Amino acid sequence: MSAAPKELPRWAEVALVPAASVATAFVAAGLVVLAIGENPFEALVILLRGALGSGEGVGFTLYYATNFIFTGLAVAVAFHAGLFNIGGEGQATLGGLGAALVALAFDSTLPAILLLPLAVIASALFGAAWALIPAWLQAKRDSHIVITTIMFNFLAATLLVYLLVGPLKPVGSMAPDTRGFAASAALPTMQGLLGLFGLSIPASPLNISFLLSLVAAAFVWLLIWRSRLGYEIRAFGFNPEATAYAGISATKITIVTLLISGALAGLMASNEILGAQHRLSLGFVSGYGFVGIAVALMGRSHPVGVVLASILFGVLYQGGAELAFEKPAITRDMIVVIQGLVILFAGALERQFHAPLTAIFGRRPTRAETQAAAS
Amino acid sequence: MSFQDVILILASALRLSTPLLLACLAGLYSERAGVFNIGLEGKMLAAAFAAAVVATLTSSAMLGLLGAIVIGIAFSMIHGFASITQRGNQIVSGVAINTLALGLTAVLGNAWYKEGGRTPPLPASVRFQPIELPFAAEARSIPILGPIYSDLLSGHYGFVYAALAAVPLTAFILQRTRFGLRLRAVGENPAAVDTAGVSVERMRYLALACCGALCGLAGAYMSTAQSASFVTEMTAGKGFIALAALIFAKWRPWGALGACLLFGLLDAVAIRLEGATLPLIGQVPVQAIQSLPYLLTVVLLAGFIGRAVPPKAGGVPYVKERR
Repeated sequence: MSAAPKELPRWAEVALVPAASVATAFVAAGLVVLAIGENPFEALVILLRGALGSGEGVGFTLYYATNFIFTGLAVAVAFHAGLFNIGGEGQATLGGLGAALVALAFDSTLPAILLLPLAVIASALFGAAWALIPAWLQAKRDSHIVITTIMFNFLAATLLVYLLVGPLKPVGSMAPDTRGFAASAALPTMQGLLGLFGLSIPASPLNISFLLSLVAAAFVWLLIWRSRLGYEIRAFGFNPEATAYAGISATKITIVTLLISGALAGLMASNEILGAQHRLSLGFVSGYGFVGIAVALMGRSHPVGVVLASILFGVLYQGGAELAFEKPAITRDMIVVIQGLVILFAGALERQFHAPLTAIFGRRPTRAETQAAAS
Repeated sequence: MSFQDVILILASALRLSTPLLLACLAGLYSERAGVFNIGLEGKMLAAAFAAAVVATLTSSAMLGLLGAIVIGIAFSMIHGFASITQRGNQIVSGVAINTLALGLTAVLGNAWYKEGGRTPPLPASVRFQPIELPFAAEARSIPILGPIYSDLLSGHYGFVYAALAAVPLTAFILQRTRFGLRLRAVGENPAAVDTAGVSVERMRYLALACCGALCGLAGAYMSTAQSASFVTEMTAGKGFIALAALIFAKWRPWGALGACLLFGLLDAVAIRLEGATLPLIGQVPVQAIQSLPYLLTVVLLAGFIGRAVPPKAGGVPYVKERR
């Protein structure tokens, strides 16, 4: 019998591999900064100071992170079922539409205590509905979820353009926006909430959605690792044929997983539309759905990882804005470069980090462990 | 609408479908060899940027085109390294390519030229010029056939004719050459190709190189022929429409021509109908026409009109059998 192959210990698997790949992405990004004639270390200091150096900065960082937690969880849940939901962008767009329609219809009639839950639920439902057709097509007609969700992103974008230059635009306005919502449709800010407890924090768009996103992360953890459905989702992702023999319906798992995924992506819009912008405007999703892919890959589809990765991307977005202000040569597009590098190194090239790390930290299972596993 | 209007719309459709056709054929090489390619958009964008930058630096459109092809192939090789050598997920690496190209072109363009990511406008001498077919001016007076020849077929950029020529060429390569047979086999049954002593990895890399070169042509067409400079996000989803066209074409070269001409025509009609009022229907929302390629593709994928069956081994990295 040949010796069992070396295995990477669990701590290295969950911490070291992602850390190595993200570090590589940042080194590569640093080289790009160097190539355009700026000092990467100086840039890093400005970025960190902008994101974490003031209470206001931290507020903005967490506000951005809220978006990424939602879209990251959306991608992560689908990953567990072996499905790649690339349609977070479109689902979030529809989520924004749902929230805005509720807000526009009832902001003069319903009190905030009824209106806000309704609008938040609408954002989740609209997001889920936009995922339903690709989900059904994947489950029943065997059409590839990646392609259909890409198409649905474009369909969502054109739908929003149509609505915002036409039916939803206030008369006499030139901008592609809806009218501003009344104050009853604004989610409470964290500044206001903490103020109730006598804590004062600087003003920022950070709102109650942040807490909601953490609840969503906890919900995903419970769902995936502590529920029967979650077990079925993971089993399906691991081996669809085997789950079919186990009597688990592939159709059900595919559709339910993608509905949850779409709802999570839709909730992102609550933070943007109800929490910050207070109107529906063109392009409000601005790539946050795609950041979710990077976040889910970096966080290895675990809610804790997703939250941490989201905060890192929150730092990049807020710090990047400050950086672009102080160093005009380094525009905010630098974040997109980092995002691409993270997807490349943490997603596509992950195996590359596995082999050398296994060589260093790996150990062979002992005979007792092998026998225990075999019995 | 007069006959002349129809000719003008068709000519515009031909121009608009050219980048789609080049990108669609690029995707065809890659996907028929078993590498799903949602990175077309990024490869085209990077190539468009390279063409504009090199043309600006060297004052030569031809060198710009060469630069675009080199960068298109380089991005294809990153895609290949991740998804062939490292056996990473082909879709994830495609997303990485798109994101990376979007970010890099914007950052570098802004840092080098300080015009918000736009490259300096190229003078006419450094841009590709339309080609007049022989006797185009003389033939114009012939009824019906004259305008078709002079205004529809003549007066396009070389890229348009190159894209059209690439269709029969690709069909020939795929169906009639050893390279094409192996390429298709690698996408359907890589183990069989491996057994025959042909390297699956090498074939897939070669297919991706063809893909990168065609993306290079598509990019150069956009930034050094159609327009006179590179603008950030100038591909504006064309890579994805090309992908839709590829599915619509059922991964076949002649089908690609038809699908791209159809999508180009929809685009041309949408531009033409902007703000126009039609009898009976009233004002058609341009967005309704713009969304048709995506809608049609979803309907096709759903199997309601024909069936689009992708290459069998697509999306799966090849692992040599252990002995």
